[in-house]
Amino acid sequence: MTAFDPYAPSRETTEGTVFSVTGGDWDSLVQEIGSTKEERVVVNMGPQHPSTHGVLRLILELEGETVTEVRCGIGYLHTGIEKNMEFRNWTQGTTFVTRMDYLGPIFNETAYCLAIEKLLGITNDVPERASVIRVMMMELNRISSHMVALGTGALELGAITPMFFAFREREIVLDIFEMISGLRMNMAYIRPGGVQQDLPEGAIPKIRDAVKLMRKNFKDNTNLLVGNSIWLKRTQGIGYLDLAGATTLGITGPVLRSTGLPWDLRKMQPYCGYENYDFDVVTADTCDVYGRFLIRMNELEQSLRIIEQALDKLEALEGAPVMVADKKIAWPAQLALGSDGLGNSLNHIREIMGTSMESLIHHFKLVTEGFHVPAGQVYQGIESPKGELGAHVVSDGGTRPYRMHFREPSFNNLQATAAMSEGGMIADIIAAVASIDPVMGGVDR
Amino acid sequence: MTDSGMFGARGTGDTSGYGGLARSAASTGSSERPYGGYFDGLVDDLERAYPEFSTSIERVVVDRGELTLHVKREKLVETSMVLRDVLKFEMCMGVSGIHYPQNTGRELVAVYPLLSMTNNRRVRLEVSVSDADPHIPSLVEVWAGNNWHERETFDMFGIIFDSHPGLTRILMPDDWQGHPQRKDYALGGIAVEYKGATIPPPSERRSYS
Repeated sequence: MTAFDPYAPSRETTEGTVFSVTGGDWDSLVQEIGSTKEERVVVNMGPQHPSTHGVLRLILELEGETVTEVRCGIGYLHTGIEKNMEFRNWTQGTTFVTRMDYLGPIFNETAYCLAIEKLLGITNDVPERASVIRVMMMELNRISSHMVALGTGALELGAITPMFFAFREREIVLDIFEMISGLRMNMAYIRPGGVQQDLPEGAIPKIRDAVKLMRKNFKDNTNLLVGNSIWLKRTQGIGYLDLAGATTLGITGPVLRSTGLPWDLRKMQPYCGYENYDFDVVTADTCDVYGRFLIRMNELEQSLRIIEQALDKLEALEGAPVMVADKKIAWPAQLALGSDGLGNSLNHIREIMGTSMESLIHHFKLVTEGFHVPAGQVYQGIESPKGELGAHVVSDGGTRPYRMHFREPSFNNLQATAAMSEGGMIADIIAAVASIDPVMGGVDR
Repeated sequence: MTDSGMFGARGTGDTSGYGGLARSAASTGSSERPYGGYFDGLVDDLERAYPEFSTSIERVVVDRGELTLHVKREKLVETSMVLRDVLKFEMCMGVSGIHYPQNTGRELVAVYPLLSMTNNRRVRLEVSVSDADPHIPSLVEVWAGNNWHERETFDMFGIIFDSHPGLTRILMPDDWQGHPQRKDYALGGIAVEYKGATIPPPSERRSYS
């Protein structure tokens, strides 16, 4: 070893020489590694690395630039959401689940609420307007999630402009979320039995304008990337995973559809009335990163189509309820805009404080204790932008979940990293991981 | 005074929701035929394809439009192979654990939701074991994607999946003590280390009342 180098110090261990690289002087590191006899190098990439999509740690075994083995280290964002939910009532659970996959909060909330509704046996009592709003919100959310997948995926491969375009479109969607729910992320907008509040006045024309604008804007990224020779070289034939591999690894979503199988729960096992919408399931048959990219690009247009149909339905359902009629389940608050912001309507306050003792008791019981859910267990899967998001809910008849488990598509699909990248070049791992589109908040929960 | 009340609250009638409401695990018996939907056909197919059906499957439960097969632990891999190869359940959506400390001898439950894309069907397998002997055969050989799910269930519940290729903790740190999602593991109460100092858990901090 040469003189001490503060940027790349090394120490001897039983496993061999360990170099700690903190950036900076790569020349001395290359010299030191070059002086050892060993061809095999183990590199620890992440958990803090700009191209690992969050706090994902990849442990790579390399021979030169060829990857011989990949292992993922996860758990850096574990927040104990499932455990915490056992200590809060059913309605409060939505504020937890919305924080799992933070790029697809509406999907988490919908899976959770559909499962509770199945347990309560009120699936068919959820008002149609609530279901249509859920579908519209989910498809808007699919666009914003795909935009992050495309933008960050391109950025990680060195293309900066697509990210600007993608985040511009995501911003349009987040503005709509803010207009409807008051929040841009982590909205807790979908609630057991319906949605938190109806659309504000003038929402439908604004969303129609946004749909038109996005349809025009999407062309920017299409023009930049589809058929771009550099992009093709970085993505075609990279991260290969065929149908047999995807099936045995339980892979769903765009990665599964890139093998040519048109499996989409919105079509195969519809929920929230998806059977009433006209849209296509997008597939590719290349089994590679480029195919997954094309699927996400084309799914944007399908989402816009569904949103337009949902808006038509909403216009026909103007004034219809957005929460179940059963007052033993529906959240008692009647929201209205007052001089100090959104809150309980004065009529509701007048009723519970001034005229009806029973209404006050009812409000108090439902808000503090919550409603009871009959004992049993259900599994509800929905098609999130990443694949099948499954909610396994167990109730013991109480006002809180006995056990909550989420089958997170990111968690499951990340297992494919090794199958997609081993034997390839180190630079292609980045493309493969980006094409899985894992969100660590969902992986670790 | 016992009062069932209009909200169905039992026991103390505590309205806060935090005072230990009476909680008991659901224990439904076996369902009777006809099961409805495609469940009869599915169970018939399985009985035909798997001669040991009656000795391997303890209970068949249909609840809320979902079919659950309670499988004996020793027969889990065999049953899974038949379900995968003959009944075309190509995918297993992982495994979820449940802890019922009051069910003596069957405290730990593992739940496997299966999906058949060929037939567009779902079925759920359930295996229960005792806390004293928390071993369940691993299904990684049958569905490779169960690898991480089984590691998570081991991490959170302490269920040991025999012949798993590398059963280590996955979400919690490697040197963590205990299995956090068991019912006897309290929420919170973990000391926090910050800049070299240890801050006691919330339950042990000074109170100013």
